[in-house]
Amino acid sequence: MSNKILYEDEIPGGAHWSMLMRAGTSLKLIDKLGGANVGMLFYNPSNYLERYNAPDTLKCQHTFKLTHGHCLYSDMGRIFCSIIDDSVGWHDTVGANSTKKIVADKWGEHNYQDHRNDWYLNGHDSFLVELAKYGMNERDMAANLNLFSKVELDDEGNMSFAVENSKAGDSIELRFEMDTLVLFHTCPHPMNVSKEYPKQPVIYQIRKVDAVSTDDYCRNYREENQRGFKNTELYNIGCGN
Amino acid sequence: MIKESNLLEEQANYRENVKAGDYFIKVVKKGQTFRILDIEGNQAADTLFYNAQNPSERYSAMDTIREQGNIYLTTGSKLLSNENNQMLEIVADTCGRHDTIGGACATESNTVRYALEKKCMHACRDSWMLAVAEHEEFGISKRDITHNINFFMNVPATKEGGLTFEDGISAPGKYVEMKAHMDTIVLISNCPQLNNPCNGYNPTPVEVLIWD
Repeated sequence: MSNKILYEDEIPGGAHWSMLMRAGTSLKLIDKLGGANVGMLFYNPSNYLERYNAPDTLKCQHTFKLTHGHCLYSDMGRIFCSIIDDSVGWHDTVGANSTKKIVADKWGEHNYQDHRNDWYLNGHDSFLVELAKYGMNERDMAANLNLFSKVELDDEGNMSFAVENSKAGDSIELRFEMDTLVLFHTCPHPMNVSKEYPKQPVIYQIRKVDAVSTDDYCRNYREENQRGFKNTELYNIGCGN
Repeated sequence: MIKESNLLEEQANYRENVKAGDYFIKVVKKGQTFRILDIEGNQAADTLFYNAQNPSERYSAMDTIREQGNIYLTTGSKLLSNENNQMLEIVADTCGRHDTIGGACATESNTVRYALEKKCMHACRDSWMLAVAEHEEFGISKRDITHNINFFMNVPATKEGGLTFEDGISAPGKYVEMKAHMDTIVLISNCPQLNNPCNGYNPTPVEVLIWD
């Protein structure tokens, strides 16, 4: 049974926000209308140099996609959060971010002067704004997650954007294993082929979660994750580097 | 795509042998061509690029693969920065395929991938850390250490979403060559990894050659 919701909010499409998630809480993101994209980055709030590392996350778990059971790793061999629930089946972390140019080339310019808060924001600028709140900048930007989005491959490694990967009501729940600064935006995936600028809202809910058991699904999903959890536990009791 | 170079080794303006476990850091000027030569075969060269005038502009693995629409690098691949500018282009490649989504080895990720007690084995990121510490003139620090290219490394991803680390497809004498489109700081860790097949469990030297 799901734990009580401590907080719930809705972020409109094409917007950004950031927050500190404490170890022992979860963040459930719900794609309200279908076709959402959530760009996301993680930092250790007590040392911003420790950050989400997409290549380590992929290679530690021998995967190209992210779904239930996978853990999202920092560059210091620790787990920011685990994917404890997922109705989508495939989340992307190689497509990177939309930029001002990508958005303008695909969907035209929609500036604030003319369109107020219906302007067309891009993922890159969204992260720059959120990073700056913590004294960080472009140098601190790593490859991000694109939750709800799928980049498909063929046998030759050619990439294409999967349409209708996420449906209305689909969700993913992240359980935080250490305190984590979460930066996120709801700007479109840079490979999105939609004719209109996609402006898909996302609901998010925060819950307290139960302590991680020894038979936890994510912890035992791969042997590597058992060691990742061990590193994270050492850090949380004050013995990590 | 396999493509041989017309450049002759004996006419190179600069040559440096980089032993396994060591780093290489040097500016390659706009218009110069440089080659990484896998002398003994099956050796991963973990490589990062920075704009020499402004190192906050740097190689972006994910922008590069998205814009070319393919996850593997080879002849014709334009290596893009985080500002989506072209930094270099691969102009010759006798190996045929290079990885840029597998990242570099670090002591901490080694604990996850192999064993907790392997945390003190030498790793690429330590070589990069030493390089930036010994070369403060480039203005690079850990903040700038991002996702690299693994030249000569074979990391196939599948349609189903799997990812594996396969035996290298390189061999003695294979090389990859790039032309610089801006003054570029080249930072290479010649990979010391002993725990996976990327170096054939036997790390060996590479040579870097530069032509004007």
